[in-house]
Amino acid sequence: MSLTIANCVCPFCGCCCDDIEVRVQDGRIIGTRNACALGASKFLGYNHDRLPYPTIKVGNEARSVSLDEAIRKAAEILSKADYPAVYGFGSTSLEAITAALDLAEDLGALADNVSTICHGPSLEAVQNIGEVTSTLGVVRHRADLIVYWGSNPLHSHPRHMVRYGPMAKGRFRNGRADRKLVVVDVRRTLTARMADLFLQIKPGTDFEILTALRAYVKEIDLEVEEVEGVSAERIEELAELMMGCRFGTLFFGLGLTMSPGRNRNVEAALALVRDLNALTKFTIIPMRGHFNVEGANSAFTWRTGYPFGVDFSHGYPRYNPGETTFVDALNRGECDAALIVASDPISHLPRKTSERLMEIPTVVLDPHITPTTMAAEVAIPTAQVGIEASGTAYRMDGVPLDLRKLVDPPPGILTDEDVLRRIHRYVSGESP
Amino acid sequence: MEFILITGRSLSQGREKEGGKFSEAYRNAVAICELDPQDLEALGIKEGDNVRIRTDFGSVVVKPLPSSQAPHRGIAFIPYGPWASMVTGDETHGTGMPTLKGIRAYIEPTKEPILKLQELYAGRLRVMP
Ligand code: SF4
Repeated sequence: MSLTIANCVCPFCGCCCDDIEVRVQDGRIIGTRNACALGASKFLGYNHDRLPYPTIKVGNEARSVSLDEAIRKAAEILSKADYPAVYGFGSTSLEAITAALDLAEDLGALADNVSTICHGPSLEAVQNIGEVTSTLGVVRHRADLIVYWGSNPLHSHPRHMVRYGPMAKGRFRNGRADRKLVVVDVRRTLTARMADLFLQIKPGTDFEILTALRAYVKEIDLEVEEVEGVSAERIEELAELMMGCRFGTLFFGLGLTMSPGRNRNVEAALALVRDLNALTKFTIIPMRGHFNVEGANSAFTWRTGYPFGVDFSHGYPRYNPGETTFVDALNRGECDAALIVASDPISHLPRKTSERLMEIPTVVLDPHITPTTMAAEVAIPTAQVGIEASGTAYRMDGVPLDLRKLVDPPPGILTDEDVLRRIHRYVSGESP
Repeated sequence: MEFILITGRSLSQGREKEGGKFSEAYRNAVAICELDPQDLEALGIKEGDNVRIRTDFGSVVVKPLPSSQAPHRGIAFIPYGPWASMVTGDETHGTGMPTLKGIRAYIEPTKEPILKLQELYAGRLRVMP
């Protein structure tokens, strides 16, 4: 018998599309509707490379053990460590993230989340400049100008343009004919090809171009003919488009946060949007990658006051990016154990940093076999949030959405939240 | 030849990672480097050649592909993943964010093979049961 479940939230990218139809037969997902290629691969492929049971490292092998034994060993590693790191959380529920923060606080750990290697610099910039923002719904209904800066949504967030961007059919703006699209990127991406205005810039010159745009908006004469290879006329053309729209939104991606300048690039973008609001309505929204990385930042903020990179070693939360951030602490060899939840840092951190991570004992919670689970001292399989477990996620604009449980996890496999709470009870000396 | 290296998301990287990181499809999707067709020609790449990419932080062999997002002469793109991570930088400049885009890189054709995921980490990953 097959069952169709409507209005499911896709647990892949920060769009958190909530209109997915999932077809389930005999406890397995057999089809989806409305999901893009990325979303469909998640719903249909979640059983590939599953971590079947908890493992503990013995010599060069990972040996399968009972869940209780794995949890006991995990608790032992974390409580023995002087300064464990607790890291991950782009792809798990808000409930699991809060459970991990409770544990991190009691451990006196360094708690960080994956935004440290995506939009961390954006959060630092927002702390300096502030942010004029809106929900995606407002953009969909009102925006007549959409700018993608350093972002290629057709590859990273495939339904963004249709649901919230230039092609969205909203209340006051009905699709592509009613909206202008601007793309700024270093390559002529697929997204750029659809733009009314495409500005191809040299890598690492975002700050200069954004600052030139700001100068124009503030009626300061540029006094040069070109800025980093972009002619003053092109800058003027873009600035006029931004100043002349009725409601504009600038979506920015990792092209700003990862390029030289990092948080300074984002500061320039935030300031430009702020300045534009003297003339028209304009908002700015980061293109968040993983479906709940925004939730991780929110949960961290309401628990500790800071969105990522939180050090609990003094008994109270401290935040100083560059010092209390996962990559820096690993580079300096400060952490002597790590708990990693729903993330594969070994594949994605720079080689030198992941080598540091491979030198310390790690406890990894993940549904899948990844290089990070394979390098773990203790690996514990967990249920896939949004497929085998319910929970809350925050969309890229901070709107909370309920993820559903669609099928049962494999027998004996718990959620991230349950495993974290059980580890915590062991660490506190209670019976788990 | 000197290039500016950027790493980033690609559709096939996103799709294939869901099919498992040890799959051949994932390796084909991420152990690649997209180059401007004119740069490919200037490098003298022949059918079946790979490229070696060297940065201040490491070196890796991947498959060169003509970019579908050209023109972008002088820019090399590798999708996120373990191969890209071999050449990205650990320096965060006080922000927490390592150096993942805008890295100076030297690229040359090579006949050397592309390593498998397990080989990249040379014996540091456990054998799973
Ligand atoms: S755009 Fe993102 S959230 Fe929407 S279906 Fe695709 S992967 Fe899922």
